[in-house]
Amino acid sequence: MNDTFDLTKFIFGRLTLESIPYHEPIILATFAGVVLGGLALMAALTYFKVWGTLWHDWLTSIDHKKIGIMYVVLGLVMLMRGFTDALMMRLQQATAFNGSEGFLPPHHYDQLFTVHGVIMIFFVAMPLITGLMNFVVPLQIGARDVAFPFLNNFSFWMTASGAILVMMSLFIGEFGQTGWLAYPPLSGIGASPSVGVDYYIWALQLAGVGTLLSGINLLVTIIKMRAPGMSMMKMPIFIWTALCTNVLIVASFPVLTAVLGLLAMDRYVGTAFFSNDFGGNAMMYVNLIWIWGHPEVYILVLPVFGVFSEVVATFSGKRIFGYTSMVYATLVITILSYLVWLHHFFTMGSGASVNSFFGITTMIISIPTGAKIFNWLFTMYRGRIRFDVPMLWSIGFMITFTIGGMTGVLLAVPPADFVLHNSLFLVAHFHNVIIGAVVFGVFAGINYWFPKAFGYKLDAFWGKVSFWFWFVGFYFAFMPLYVLGLMGVTRRMSRFDDPSLQIWFIIAGFGAALIAVGILAMFVQFVVSYRNRESLRDLTGDPWDGRTLEWSTSSPPPAYNFAFTPVVHDRDAWSDMKKRGYQRPTEGFIPIHMPKNTWAGVVIAGLATALGFALIWHMWAIAVLMFAAVIATIIIHTFNFKRDYHIPADVVVRTEAVRTRQLARLAFN
Amino acid sequence: MTATTFPAAGNAANGARGGASLDGKAKAQPPANASPDAQTDTQFYLQTEHHPANGTLLGFWMYLLSDSLIFAVLFAVYAVVGRSYAAGPSGAELFDLPLVAVNTSMLLLSSITYGFAMLEMQRRRVKPVLVWLAVTGLLGCVFIGLELYEFAHLIHEGAGPQRSAFLSAFFTLVGTHGLHVTFGIVWLVVLMVQVSRGGLMPENRRRLMCLSMFWHFLDVVWIGVFTFIYLMGSLP
Repeated sequence: MNDTFDLTKFIFGRLTLESIPYHEPIILATFAGVVLGGLALMAALTYFKVWGTLWHDWLTSIDHKKIGIMYVVLGLVMLMRGFTDALMMRLQQATAFNGSEGFLPPHHYDQLFTVHGVIMIFFVAMPLITGLMNFVVPLQIGARDVAFPFLNNFSFWMTASGAILVMMSLFIGEFGQTGWLAYPPLSGIGASPSVGVDYYIWALQLAGVGTLLSGINLLVTIIKMRAPGMSMMKMPIFIWTALCTNVLIVASFPVLTAVLGLLAMDRYVGTAFFSNDFGGNAMMYVNLIWIWGHPEVYILVLPVFGVFSEVVATFSGKRIFGYTSMVYATLVITILSYLVWLHHFFTMGSGASVNSFFGITTMIISIPTGAKIFNWLFTMYRGRIRFDVPMLWSIGFMITFTIGGMTGVLLAVPPADFVLHNSLFLVAHFHNVIIGAVVFGVFAGINYWFPKAFGYKLDAFWGKVSFWFWFVGFYFAFMPLYVLGLMGVTRRMSRFDDPSLQIWFIIAGFGAALIAVGILAMFVQFVVSYRNRESLRDLTGDPWDGRTLEWSTSSPPPAYNFAFTPVVHDRDAWSDMKKRGYQRPTEGFIPIHMPKNTWAGVVIAGLATALGFALIWHMWAIAVLMFAAVIATIIIHTFNFKRDYHIPADVVVRTEAVRTRQLARLAFN
Repeated sequence: MTATTFPAAGNAANGARGGASLDGKAKAQPPANASPDAQTDTQFYLQTEHHPANGTLLGFWMYLLSDSLIFAVLFAVYAVVGRSYAAGPSGAELFDLPLVAVNTSMLLLSSITYGFAMLEMQRRRVKPVLVWLAVTGLLGCVFIGLELYEFAHLIHEGAGPQRSAFLSAFFTLVGTHGLHVTFGIVWLVVLMVQVSRGGLMPENRRRLMCLSMFWHFLDVVWIGVFTFIYLMGSLP
């Protein structure tokens, strides 16, 4: 008896049947839904016999375009999860008044606001911007792939591993109840003895590996692989912002890795870094995590600044106003983002001088950001503006982000922050900038580059429906939170005593419902566009009269992107080529050297997921086994020296001939 | 047909005029023109294969940069709590400096022997490369062995990582470095197998370069550890 018990514990650690929250109806129903949906998906994949295609063309693909698309799909799927959590929180807060407990017990509510933040930042915003960068960067710099194609695939799967662990926490065990940054001592083993924080730690560690490697990869790609002639000051603004973002990733994610490692040491080994006794210091954690956390904000926002620069220039029919100032503004933001972290905790008590320094550096950041806003406005000034969907998102961004930026300057004043710290004013502020910039920017980017990725445009009607519901819904959802915050309502509350506050939460809930319609409209847009893809087809490869190199090749681009490597003479290289009578080459094709697909990325990441799961549940034997398996697989992969091949010239000839015929038909019509 | 062939005349004109060599391969490709006189500059693509420079070494430098940030955090943490003894033993009482000096010399020597391996690699001599790599690996093993002995001794004395924030920071920083050296040794063994199987082909030379950078990087970090943890920690 005793022996069997020990064996179970040896294999399963602290995982027992009780760990599955089958007594919570909401989770059980979700679980049933996920299982049925998963089975339906599996059945569909089997029925349509696409397992092979899925494996060969997608999961093992090292094509940056496909990896980019997979990142975006991951981000959109996780957006549905993160947004469902948001809806539940809005519903809870709108109803938990006058003695009502609402429908969520505090234990569940606390997990919701934690997982909402974690998912939205790490598994929605990060995959979406990484996806856009992955897809666009090589095309815009005239390259055939990224510098390290295998690492790119591996990075994606590590990010997906983290997302899988977070999703598992919903059905096996629980997630942290600590807020999205897991401050100790609350996240320490004493206050959070369960698996929640461990899910948090290992999900972020796995995803962090992916993010860091992807950052190094894109950085080297931009530095080393630009088309001949594309000097630094001829790079599109999106490339500049991607460059700076990846500098920030490489120079800040290790800090997250280290600080989460220290938290893990405290929880697993019993060290005393952040404890209240044995000389630990919890504020050390808060400082360190924000040294990562503030640059992270700019990691998210800089690439979408790039997206807006591309979109505004294209749809205004002008080159970007103030290119040089745009570049320097981006660089200044990159540097200053390291000098402001303390504004997240002015209330730490570091004294007036320190707080003043960080308050002032924070306010200085609004100067380069403001310069960017003016540059976009001046680009539009006297432009021939086309109000296509990407442009609508851009204008919506400029209005919303300016408001969010100004409330940020308010919060940067330390005395004001002492009042507003941890209030709903803060919640309203960061949603105002993150939704207003990152979400709007990603949607602008998706609408802008979708025809390049799939060969047909997205339906404009449903795109506009989505935009207007999002835009109006945003103001309904978050302006009431500013009001509540000014009235002193703190964040992360699951029920309220003062009935006069309820109306504001109901308005906010209404706004969330409008946003839900906006999200739904986006998925309707995808379906409608797919069904009408013949009428939305883009045969030119240049549906928006674009200005940069990605529009010079076909939509979708061939595996090799460009039959011949472009030579760049000017900013907005494709505009320049069109203006000066570029003729598309139709002969003289040569074999093209390309990297080969590999199974290694998805397998190693799968083993790493199992390793993370074993560590979370203290399954030490399996953890050791999985760790050894990860190392062994990496070593086996290094023995594979045949990582590339040549696309034969006749394949290139055939591919290009198809496009030649398409263009000819287009000209004939 | 709307498209025509590439205008050979323009190409020739460009070639005759010459242009900036973009990546040191001007002879392999028609030069792209960087002239401000853009009107006549109509070469929009390369007709030959374009090989961007290999980015592995740059990428590896960036990896080392990111890794050094992990160490930077651990050093910063040590700076904050390095004197938080919680009424436990201090560095001055615990550190066995002669042992650490031997250990340090092992690691420094291993950097020199790795350097010898790289010199032999430049001469394309497989066997001496393998010998020097083996010596490097052995020195690394001695280093790890001495470190483990030191750790076991400290824990045995009741000065384990749980005893105080100072010891937590000490074990984590030194242990993280030791873990890096361990991975370096595993990597070194794998590379020895690959060099003995495939010789000093370009891939293996590139990998040896990367491991070389990694190994010297760990040496540099150790010098910081030795100075800030052991020497300064031994001060009263």
